[in-house]
Amino acid sequence: MTGDRLLLPALSLLLVALFAASLLIGPAALGLRESLLALFTGQGGPVVLVMQEIRLPRAILGLCVGAVLGLSGAAMQGFLRNPLAEPGLIGVSSAAALGAVISLQTGLAAAFALALPLAALAGAGVSVLLVLWMAGPRGGALALILAGIAISALAGAFTSLILNLSPNPFAVMEIVYWMMGSLSDRSMTHVWLAVPFMAAGCALLLMTGRSLDALTLGEDAARSLGVDLRRLRLLIVLGTAAAVGASVAVAGAIGFVGLVIPHLLRPFCGGRPSRLLPASALGGAAMLLASDIAVRIIAPDQDLKLGVLTALVGAPFFLHLLWRMRGVEA
Amino acid sequence: MSLLSLENLTVTRGDRRVLDGVTLSVGQGEFVGLIGPNGAGKTTLLRAALGLLPHGGRSSLSALPLASRARQAAFLPQSRDIAWPVTVETVVALGRAPHGAKGSEAAVTRALDRMDLAPFRHRPATDLSGGEQARVLIARALAQDTPLLLADEPVAGLDPAAQLRTMQVFAALAAEGRAVIASIHDLGLAALHCTRLVLLQHGRIAADGPARDVLTDDLLSRVFGVRGFHADTPDGPVFQPLATTR
Repeated sequence: MTGDRLLLPALSLLLVALFAASLLIGPAALGLRESLLALFTGQGGPVVLVMQEIRLPRAILGLCVGAVLGLSGAAMQGFLRNPLAEPGLIGVSSAAALGAVISLQTGLAAAFALALPLAALAGAGVSVLLVLWMAGPRGGALALILAGIAISALAGAFTSLILNLSPNPFAVMEIVYWMMGSLSDRSMTHVWLAVPFMAAGCALLLMTGRSLDALTLGEDAARSLGVDLRRLRLLIVLGTAAAVGASVAVAGAIGFVGLVIPHLLRPFCGGRPSRLLPASALGGAAMLLASDIAVRIIAPDQDLKLGVLTALVGAPFFLHLLWRMRGVEA
Repeated sequence: MSLLSLENLTVTRGDRRVLDGVTLSVGQGEFVGLIGPNGAGKTTLLRAALGLLPHGGRSSLSALPLASRARQAAFLPQSRDIAWPVTVETVVALGRAPHGAKGSEAAVTRALDRMDLAPFRHRPATDLSGGEQARVLIARALAQDTPLLLADEPVAGLDPAAQLRTMQVFAALAAEGRAVIASIHDLGLAALHCTRLVLLQHGRIAADGPARDVLTDDLLSRVFGVRGFHADTPDGPVFQPLATTR
């Protein structure tokens, strides 16, 4: 089908346009020419600061976080053979969020700028070790989901406990706002911290395409086709943990991208997981950049949180997809 | 030449021996029908032989590394679950994964033709009926083009023409010098097409040989609890179960 071949170039073009738009839209009304000049030549005084220290990291993080969420969602759906799977299912997001919440509550985050993302990464790391340990030596998917659900629940319970017992209402508010997910006020330091983990995670996830294709026919068929399920599971878990852990560390919890994007793009990829992986990375990046532009346009003065918007747009959209699916299956 | 040898293959589940010391050798040219009542251990035997289950004893297949195992034996599992709406061609082409890209197109076309699926080639496999999907999955196993094919209830849910065609294709594979082991509940089809029947009961081999030695009144009554009608026809031995004996 021609749709297949045009998909990646079309998504790439969309992405370039959205990335440019993300650089050019913001509360400081800057001209196109002076913005670009400031960004690339470093000339133009305060405009340079706005472009290089505020908008560029925001656009880069939007691109990377979105790509990570789309890609890991597609990989997780492929691995679990279930269109309802999403990257948070193995507990990484909740555990990373718990790490961040602990750093906010203890005041570490205020004392040291990188404490929050580092604590989130540590949370993600601990959750991966726990999940792999609990899921046992064989490569089955069910044990992994159950272990992930248990760890998500545990991390969620600890987060609630911290909110519950917090003596300081301002800390509670800060935690609640952080958990909504946002890309505003991030610096290049965040980029340098998160991007290596995201890149490494994405590299691991992109290696799984052929194995995920074989898994379309079930675990026994995949193994008889030479797929090493234990290796595949390790790639998926480590890749998701590194990529999603880093994304939560810099952007908080942003839902629905990892669920909706693979679902939306699957028909354009002929259902094949190996094609869906790169497409979902591009699609996720596009959705997140578009959402991050939208929060700036819809409510420029109100700091509308990115995670709130993706859920507000994503959930009804997902319902719509389910509605259509219901019509096909009936 | 032996393509599969099992020595004292044993599988335990809890403290129950689901497979209890099975020793079996299958050579080129054989189409083995694996028969036995529900719970006799047919699926377990196939999965353990492939190394998909932890087992005691030895299987010449599970001793191989994963990649060479996939070039030695194809497996058609009982479950026919296709997770994503991929095309029939894509499903069948998955059978070529162990071989890299070489010769894919021709092998896929040949497998599709053998299972009479050419008109479905570009349709999403998940849009087809259950029986059609089963044929697609058989074609996938054929495309793997291995010396050995292990199939778990390949003809369950197929219409009579598709059942006969499947059995004929398997017999033809054996005649080419490969070997096929298929678990099968339809004793009539098994008697007619297989070169050898292996009868399992309680995880052990109760009988092993040509149909007329295995489908005896005594064994049928003792193992399956049925009696039936036997005949030799120009097309081969025929068996039809008629009544239960217990």
